[in-house]
Amino acid sequence: MKQINIKNDLCDFCGTCVAVCPVDAIELLEARLVIDYQTCTVCLNCVKVCPLRVLELTA
Amino acid sequence: MNDAYDIIVVGAGPAGSTAAYYAAQQGAKVLLLEKDREIGIPVRCGEAVGEKGIRQVVDLRPEWIANRIEAVRLIAPDGTIVKVQHEDIGFILDRKRFDYDLAMMAAQQGVKIVTKAYVCGLLRANGAVAGVEVLHLGHRYQIPAKIVIGADGVESRVGRWAGLKTQVRLRDMETCVQMVVSNVTLPRQYCDFYFSNQLAPGGYIWVFPKNDHLANVGLGISGEFAAHKPPLAYLKEFVAWRFPQAAILTMVAGGVPCAPLMEEVVTDGLMLIGDAAHQANPLTGGGIVLSMLASRMAGMVAAEAIRENNVSKQRLAAYAKQWEKTHGNSHRRSYRLKDAVYKLTDDDLNRTAAAIAKIPPEQHTIINIFKTALMQHPRLIPDIIKVFLGGN
Repeated sequence: MKQINIKNDLCDFCGTCVAVCPVDAIELLEARLVIDYQTCTVCLNCVKVCPLRVLELTA
Repeated sequence: MNDAYDIIVVGAGPAGSTAAYYAAQQGAKVLLLEKDREIGIPVRCGEAVGEKGIRQVVDLRPEWIANRIEAVRLIAPDGTIVKVQHEDIGFILDRKRFDYDLAMMAAQQGVKIVTKAYVCGLLRANGAVAGVEVLHLGHRYQIPAKIVIGADGVESRVGRWAGLKTQVRLRDMETCVQMVVSNVTLPRQYCDFYFSNQLAPGGYIWVFPKNDHLANVGLGISGEFAAHKPPLAYLKEFVAWRFPQAAILTMVAGGVPCAPLMEEVVTDGLMLIGDAAHQANPLTGGGIVLSMLASRMAGMVAAEAIRENNVSKQRLAAYAKQWEKTHGNSHRRSYRLKDAVYKLTDDDLNRTAAAIAKIPPEQHTIINIFKTALMQHPRLIPDIIKVFLGGN
């Protein structure tokens, strides 16, 4: 199943992805990004907006 | 942490500290929560502010100012430089010290501050927001409050939890990377902005000198263009071209909502301020002064609401109404202008810059520059007329 993978070691924890998520499926802690895969609709907004390409679509 | 408060402010950036300061000054019992370990770090900001603006919101301290700016230079794709002697000359701040001191000033008013405090949910009573749930050093706390103020930045979820529409459209999100670079030689009195669809589509590159050999260099592009090439790739190319000797001391990513004002920024027991309320200028992305102005209003209204024992949406909406009255029109105008500017092709930008270069520099006011742009681009006339007719 297609889902969004987070490369947490590349992430700067800026939260830009959180703001563009239409279903509030992303949570940002001080140094950890978490996706709720039950809620995520794989719209790819977060993948597109990330300044550092931290998020990717995996098959 | 087990106490109850009048007001809990989530996020200790300039907006959060300012709201907390004014609410406490007016007599409210205030708790300020910051998720990170240290206030002021990391600096996700170009750090430039206009002098008139910043003086409206705070008594400036010399130690907050890294550099004084005398003019802005707009640089076209072909390298033509348009120098603007803005009447509102500005500063490059030292945001680390600035944010730190704003929090200290709030503390001196009696605000309790807790860092490493991650707000993970809202408490509710009778349908209204009634406090927050916090994770702090391995413990979970439920802290009651009459009002929660969300100053939790671009990544805000406080508003969403309360049912407000805080989502930013992809095209309205400026996705940014910035670096602090040394080993550069710059005239320190100029802030440079590069406009070019090659260098920064739907956005711009900034070069803000902090002193003669240190600069904050960054780039923001519209989220709709970032899928093809991420901001980091654009910025690396620019720095390699413009500052081949640069040493990169800091690299930080971030996002700025350059969006229309939100329809609703308050609900029963809850207010949003700063980036969480999309209050940055949509054209420039500048948000420090605007968010602090809004936060002062919000903090004062919150304290009044506490005194009157009425924290309903209707009462808290006094803040939203004040903001609309003082900044609604200018926000909408900036948003329309952003749309117009980002429709320009690189040829448009080059021709505009060439035409402006013929105007004597002392007449380089913003109005003259736009008049010239108008003459160069008749097809933009409807947009630009709308922008000016929509003025304050």
